[in-house]
Amino acid sequence: MNHQALISELKRMLPPESVLHDREDLRPFECDGLSVYRQLPMAVVLPGTVEEVQKIVRLCREHEVPVVARGAGTGLSGGALPLANGLLLSLAKFKRIINIDVENAMATVEPGVRNLAISEAAARFGLYYAPDPSSQIACTIGGNVAENSGGVHCLKYGLTVHNILMLKVVTMEGELLTIGSQTLDAPGYDLLALMTGSEGLLGIIVEVTVKLLPKPERAQVVLAAFDDVARAGEAVGAIIAAGIIPAGLEMMDRLAIQAAEDFAHAGYPRDAEAILLCELDGTHAEVSEYIMKVRKILTDNGATEVRTAKDETERQLFWKGRKSAFPAVGRISPDYYCMDGTIPRSQLPRVLHQISSWSAEYGLAVANVFHAGDGNLHPLILFDGNKQGELERTEEFGSRILDLCVEVGGTITGEHGVGVEKIDQMCTQFKGPELNQFHAIKAAFDPSGLLNPGKAVPTLHRCAEFGAMHVHHGNLPHADLERF
Amino acid sequence: MDGISLQQQVLQAIEDRAPLRITAGGSKSFLEQKTEGIAIDVNAHRGIIEYDPRELVLTARSGTPLSDIENALAASGQMLAFEPPHFGSAATLGGTISTGLSGPRRPYSGSARDFVLGCKMLNGRGEIASFGGQVMKNVAGYDVSRLLAGSHGTLGILLEISLKVLPRPASSITVSRECSKGDAISIMSKFLSRPYPVDGACHDGERVHLRISGSEQAVKEARSKIPGDMLPDADVFWHGLREQTLPYFHRPGTLYRIAVKPSTRPMHINGQWLFDWGGAQRWLYSVEDTETIRHQVALSGGHVTAFRNGSNSTPLTPPLFALHQRLKASFDPLEIFNRGYIFKTL
Repeated sequence: MNHQALISELKRMLPPESVLHDREDLRPFECDGLSVYRQLPMAVVLPGTVEEVQKIVRLCREHEVPVVARGAGTGLSGGALPLANGLLLSLAKFKRIINIDVENAMATVEPGVRNLAISEAAARFGLYYAPDPSSQIACTIGGNVAENSGGVHCLKYGLTVHNILMLKVVTMEGELLTIGSQTLDAPGYDLLALMTGSEGLLGIIVEVTVKLLPKPERAQVVLAAFDDVARAGEAVGAIIAAGIIPAGLEMMDRLAIQAAEDFAHAGYPRDAEAILLCELDGTHAEVSEYIMKVRKILTDNGATEVRTAKDETERQLFWKGRKSAFPAVGRISPDYYCMDGTIPRSQLPRVLHQISSWSAEYGLAVANVFHAGDGNLHPLILFDGNKQGELERTEEFGSRILDLCVEVGGTITGEHGVGVEKIDQMCTQFKGPELNQFHAIKAAFDPSGLLNPGKAVPTLHRCAEFGAMHVHHGNLPHADLERF
Repeated sequence: MDGISLQQQVLQAIEDRAPLRITAGGSKSFLEQKTEGIAIDVNAHRGIIEYDPRELVLTARSGTPLSDIENALAASGQMLAFEPPHFGSAATLGGTISTGLSGPRRPYSGSARDFVLGCKMLNGRGEIASFGGQVMKNVAGYDVSRLLAGSHGTLGILLEISLKVLPRPASSITVSRECSKGDAISIMSKFLSRPYPVDGACHDGERVHLRISGSEQAVKEARSKIPGDMLPDADVFWHGLREQTLPYFHRPGTLYRIAVKPSTRPMHINGQWLFDWGGAQRWLYSVEDTETIRHQVALSGGHVTAFRNGSNSTPLTPPLFALHQRLKASFDPLEIFNRGYIFKTL
C-alpha cells in the first residue's frame, strides 16, 4: 500500500481532523525535546478512543507501516522522533482523568493527562502523585511510563515504576492487554516492570492507574556551602549513614552555582565550590527533628555555611535556583550539551576530578548539577556550535563521560532514556547476551518489529554514532520548562 | 560453587535437552508447582559481594542466606524494607527474589521487586547476562531484573542480585484495638491516604494492629493521635505474621491468599480470615470450592492463589498467556528451567 492509499484508508476510519498529512501540519511533530534530530513522519494520527488506536495499529500491521507513539514530546533522548516511512500516533486526545479512588489512594487516567494535572486533581483529597520530572507541567503520564521518568524525589519516593499499578496497552497486533492490576500485584510475570521504561517499543499505553501518596504535612530545605566538592559528597553519605532519607538531595558545583545565582538570585553563596540542597519532608515533629540532625551533620562534615529556609518563600527560592540551572547555563554559553549518567555516589570525587581534567584537555567548561541522593549526574558541557569542530569534540568528551559512568559501576542514562541519543553508548554498557535478550523481548511483544523501531536498543551489527542533546544559543525546546 | 560451574551444568543440560529444577534453601518449596528435571542447587553460590551502607546498595550471590544479609544490614542500622518472609532458616536471597514475596511493610515501602536494582543471571542459552546495575536510577535497556523478581526461576538462574536497602526506623510501636472486620477495613484505608508514619496494618480476626515507625518524634506524635492500646512484644507479632507462625496459621486445610483493593468490604466467603497489608492481602482458610472463592474474589476485582496445601493460581487471559509463553521462550527457548511450571490460561 502506498502512502496516499494508507492516508485515504486512515481518513476513512477516523474523523477527518484526526489525520494530519500536510507538511505544515506535520512540522510540530518533527522532533521531541531533543531537537537536534528532526524528521517529518508520513502522517500524524490523533485517535480519540482505544478502538481507534486498535484500528490504526491493525492497519499499520497489515501494511507493515512502523508506528511511533508520542505524548507531549518533552522527552530528551529522541524516543518520539518520527520515522519518514512511519505513522506518528499522538495520544494528545486521551486527556481524561477517569477516576480518583481516595479510599485506595489511586487514580486512573488516560495517557495524555499531564503529570502535574494528576497531583492537582488529587490535591483536594490531600493526595499527590510522587514522581516529578522537571517537565511535569507539560509531560504526560503515558510518556512518563514509557521513559520510567524520575525527578528530584526519587531517592525517597522512587521512579515511575514504583508508583504505578496497572496499564492498559494496545499491542502492535491490535490487542488490548491489561498489565498489572489495581491490587498490589498481579498473576504471572511482572510485565508492568517490563513495560515501564520500554520507550514505546513494546506497546501503546492507553490507560494508566497510578498510586497516590498522602501529601506530607511539611517540607523544609537546608542549604549548605562547601569549599570542596568531595567534602560535599562526604556530607551526603553521612546524612544517609545517619539513617535519614531526604525527600530531595541536590548538589551543584561552582560554575553551576554562579550561573544559577546570576539567573535566579536565589541567595546562593557565589564563592562556594559546591552547595547541597537537602529537602526533608514528613510530619511536623519529624521534619523538625531531622533538620536539627542534618544541620549538625553538615557542619561536622565541613560545611562553611548552613542555612535553613526561613519560610516557604525562601524554600521556593532555594529550589528556583536549582531548577533554573539549565537555562542559566544556557545564558552563559552559546550551546551546552547535557549528560545524564548515574554513578555510585562514592565515585563522585573520582568522576568529577576526571571530568575536570578532561575539561582542561578539551578546553570546554563543564557545569555539574547532581541528583546527589540517587547518584544521577548531569554534567553540562559548554561549547559553541558555530566554532568549527567544537560540537564533535563536545560529543567525544560527553561519550567519554558516559563510558566513565559505566566503568565506575553506573549507567549511561539515569532518567532521560536511550531513544536515538544514547543508542551507541548502549554498546558500552551491554554486551551480546544482554542486547540479544532485549531484542528477543521486543520480538515477544511485537513480532513484526513495527513499534518505534530503531530506538532504545542497538543492533549488534550497528552501534552507530549519534549526537546528543544540543542546545543552540540557549534555545531549549520547550524553553518554558524547568530542566533539572 | 561459582557461577562458572553452574553455567557448565546448564550448558550440559542444553546439550542433553534435559530440564533443570532450580533449588536453593528449599524454604519455599511448598509454593512450587510440580516441575520436572534434575535439581540444580545454587545454595553454594553464596556471599555478599559488596555492601556500602552509604550507598544504600547491597550486592550478593543468590545462594546467600537471607539471614546473613539481614544481619549484615542490621549491623549498619539498615534493612530490607520489603520485610521478606523467610519461611525457614534456609531461606536464600535467590529464593526470596524468585518468589517475589514481601512482608507486612509492602503497601507502605514497596515490594521485593521494587528494591531490585540489578542482577546477573544465567539464561536458557547458557549465557551469563547482567541487567540493571548498582544504582537507583537507571533506564538503560528493558527492566529485566525486576521482571525476574517473582518469575519463579522460569526465565533463568539468578546468580547475583543488587538491592536498594533502607535505614531501619529509629523507633517503632504498635497500637492495637478490638474491632470488627468492616471497621478494620475503614481504619486501615484511612491510614493509606493520610500522612501518618504507619508501616504495617493488620486485622487478625479480632483486633486491628497498626505499626507506627519513624523518628522518635514522629512516632510520639502519631501515638498521641491514634487511639488504642500499646501491643506488647510487637516485634514478635509482626514476625509471626510475616513468617505465618501466628496461631491463626496453625490450621489444617488450604490457605488462600487473596489480593484485593484495600477498601474492599469483607467478602461473604465462609472461613477464617486474617487481613494484612492494610486490607490489600487477605488470608483465608476455607473449605469452600476454589472456583466459588475465585468467582467471589473476581467480582471485587481481585485475584486468589492457593498459597499452602493447594495448587492453582489465577489464570491469565489467553492473549496474556500467549505473551507469557513467548516471553519464557525469549529467555529459555528449550524450556530448560523449571519445566512444567506454568502460569495457567483461562
